[in-house]
Amino acid sequence: MADVPSDAPEHCPGTSSVEAGKTSACQGCPNQRICASGAARTPDPAIEEIKQKMASVKHKILVLSGKGGVGKSTFSAQLVYGLASDTSTEVALLDVDICGPSIPKMMGLEGEQVHQSGSGWSPVYVEDNLAVMSIGFLLSSPDDAVIWRGPKKNGMIKQFLRDVDWGELDYLIVDTPPGTSDEHLSVVQYLSGAGVDGAIIITTPQELSLQDVRKEIGFCRKVKLPIIGVVENMSGFVCPKCKNTSQIFPPTTGGAEKMCSDMQLPLLGQVPLDPRIGKSCDEGRSFLSLEAESPAAAAFSSIIQKIRQYCKDGVEDGSPD
Amino acid sequence: SHRNNSSIGNLAQVRHVVLVLSGKGGVGKSTLTTELALALRHAGKKVGILDVDLCGPSIPRMLCVGRQDVHQCDAGWVPVYTDAQKSLALMSIGFLLENPDDAVVWRGPKKTALIGQFVSDVAWGELDFLLVDTPPGTSDEHLAVVENLRKHKVDGAILVTTPQAVSTGDVRREITFCKKTGLRILGIVENMSGFVCPHCSECSNIFSKGGGEELAKLSGSPFLGCIPLDPQLSTSVEEGKDFIQAFPESATFSAISHIAQAVLANIAAA
Repeated sequence: MADVPSDAPEHCPGTSSVEAGKTSACQGCPNQRICASGAARTPDPAIEEIKQKMASVKHKILVLSGKGGVGKSTFSAQLVYGLASDTSTEVALLDVDICGPSIPKMMGLEGEQVHQSGSGWSPVYVEDNLAVMSIGFLLSSPDDAVIWRGPKKNGMIKQFLRDVDWGELDYLIVDTPPGTSDEHLSVVQYLSGAGVDGAIIITTPQELSLQDVRKEIGFCRKVKLPIIGVVENMSGFVCPKCKNTSQIFPPTTGGAEKMCSDMQLPLLGQVPLDPRIGKSCDEGRSFLSLEAESPAAAAFSSIIQKIRQYCKDGVEDGSPD
Repeated sequence: SHRNNSSIGNLAQVRHVVLVLSGKGGVGKSTLTTELALALRHAGKKVGILDVDLCGPSIPRMLCVGRQDVHQCDAGWVPVYTDAQKSLALMSIGFLLENPDDAVVWRGPKKTALIGQFVSDVAWGELDFLLVDTPPGTSDEHLAVVENLRKHKVDGAILVTTPQAVSTGDVRREITFCKKTGLRILGIVENMSGFVCPHCSECSNIFSKGGGEELAKLSGSPFLGCIPLDPQLSTSVEEGKDFIQAFPESATFSAISHIAQAVLANIAAA
């Protein structure tokens, strides 16, 4: 399914399938002989190249959600700000949302361009120890639309992983678009040699979000991607005037807590709605340092601590390799 | 009627086709599609919704038609009707999944193929409006919808955004997509615009304010209106209740019906 060419006949089993070249759908396909020979089953050489490249990256974490607009990029931004607040920790954020890159704006890097160096593309630095890469840095205007089908998006993701000069990193955080499609399959596939520590799943409390997030969890299980845990975002709103809490996105089916207990996943934390989060993202500043005393910042910090711990334990356990 | 082209056969009796788009996810495309469909039905129109969000279909839940089987007839797939009068029809991948939690892990070509089938093979019958709800972005699904509907007349697209710059930034790219593919922009809707505290009536602009109107000015598109953050609306779509019927006195209802009127007027003016 992951390797069906765009011009393949209907019911193509996929070029890397053991059935490749042998099913009835393969009859008459110009690639039938190549597929049947098994030559198409050899893995993409990029996977090995990316493994080499990633040898200097200690931890790789994906931020996922089936649903859009739940705060994946917001969370990713706070996560890298939080991790990089320790100046001895080298952190990078890779934005693979090719059609809707929000990271440049959230990190205050709008209008920045990527530079080419001898060892590849140089990422854009927020701090000495915080690097960012996004397709946004390759666009010439904020109106530029990236109207690309899957294969082109996949090619871009491959380049991001293989050709960016990341240097020595403690953490590489990968922010993804919503869904379970090309970008997700490609990231997982290209990092399959290098190994991923795990995924953080972001949701909001409503069932409309959870029903998509369950699909994303199904995706993780299908591709054997470990799940570090779930973050519930937009979890209640405290009125700044009267201090009463409102459930703007009501957890009608028990929210992330119930889903996590049903699916036996750790709930890393719940982050309340706070207008200052959106505002600091729009201004490209770190909410964690601007509003360090707020309940939302405390929630972010505690989640980030759990993620650090997960990675540390993983190393001590000897897994991931 | 002139059924000269078999591939538009199933859309031959569909008067207007409107796409609901946004570069950004979670801004309320499906909520707006649902409420617009209900408002149009309320105004006596026959409405169909085609949900082409294949990885995250939300409309079946929003219309409380969770697990229906799709039947075949001579003309193709019979859409799922949400009411006995058959005035609101829906087609979604949600109806084709064995288990609602199944992930649809598909790359572009497979998504494109199913959307092609959705456009040509659903027996909509006679409709005043077909609303097409899309996933976020400017990629396979969007190109597939536009290309497959090219033979049929598309009236235009409604763009949904939330007020903050991070969202309007993505919607600017969607405007470029519309221009490049020759899609008329019927207008921009700003959703999640302000939250009125039910305890003290203080309005908080949780996701900032005014971004949608500013974007409309910047791009020379009509501004259709704002929909506030309203827990009654989010609960209604969560539970598949008809908000238009349940809360006809609310400010949110008047905002939605105002937007529906503006859409009708913009289509009529074309």
